[in-house]
Amino acid sequence: MSVSPSPSRILRNLLRNEAFYFFTSIGNYTGQHADSLREFMQKIGEIDVKSLEFHLYREDFEKWIAQTLGDARFAAEIRNLRSRKVAGNLLREQLYNVVSRRYRELRGKMSFKVIT
Amino acid sequence: MKIKGRSAALDDLDWRILELLQENAKQTYTKIGHLLGVAHSTVYDRIKRMEEYGIIKKYGAVIDLEKVGIKSITAFVTVYTDPKESGNIAEKLAEFNEVLEAFTSFSEELVIIAKVVAGDQGQLHSFIAQSIAPLPGVLRIRTSIVTRKYKEEPFRTGLNYNSPRKRGRRV
Repeated sequence: MSVSPSPSRILRNLLRNEAFYFFTSIGNYTGQHADSLREFMQKIGEIDVKSLEFHLYREDFEKWIAQTLGDARFAAEIRNLRSRKVAGNLLREQLYNVVSRRYRELRGKMSFKVIT
Repeated sequence: MKIKGRSAALDDLDWRILELLQENAKQTYTKIGHLLGVAHSTVYDRIKRMEEYGIIKKYGAVIDLEKVGIKSITAFVTVYTDPKESGNIAEKLAEFNEVLEAFTSFSEELVIIAKVVAGDQGQLHSFIAQSIAPLPGVLRIRTSIVTRKYKEEPFRTGLNYNSPRKRGRRV
């Protein structure tokens, strides 16, 4: 049985090489990156929707969430979203809803104050 | 060859030797001497001096990767940078084996242009995402993947407009 990391670990501020870097296609970096789950949630609302489509269907989001943040359950929710094959602003909305719900849930589980 | 400060002035014979070496660096001093009408010892002396002075930087083999079963893609990666970090980023890029050539360039913005090779598009993307994008001072990146190569040659001696042979040529 795998042990889930603590909410504080999932919500931590990441190192440069752990951050999520937003691209719109192969090798085309937007200049936007997220150093934490909180920042990732914010960037979903403002990044070019092409970037969201590119990363969702390359499975980059779920890999980063599972491997870097260590949140397997959350990664499964993203995988589920991918299977619905949504695109455009509907994708932005649904992705934001999934991420913000998980973010609030993790924040609620924190037994101490998170410095944001 | 005459040394002038930090540079060397080559004469017509030096340029002709370089031209022949660029065509085939494995040919003998005797053959080069025969083609140019000079003794093989003269050719030897000239080449040794150009090697010692660093004019001839190295000899190498050009490998046809397809013939040895290695598939690869080439891309030109333009990295837009914070001007203060441009030199550091270019030096860092030059350290990666995937980067074959790297230049700083200026048009409307200061950019770094790098020629990058990778096994496939997935590997190219991973390299850029994991090794270039996280470097401090990288603002954004544009990548053009090469679809077909029409020419690839190193600097040819015939391009030197200062050589006596080129000056005498009608263009």
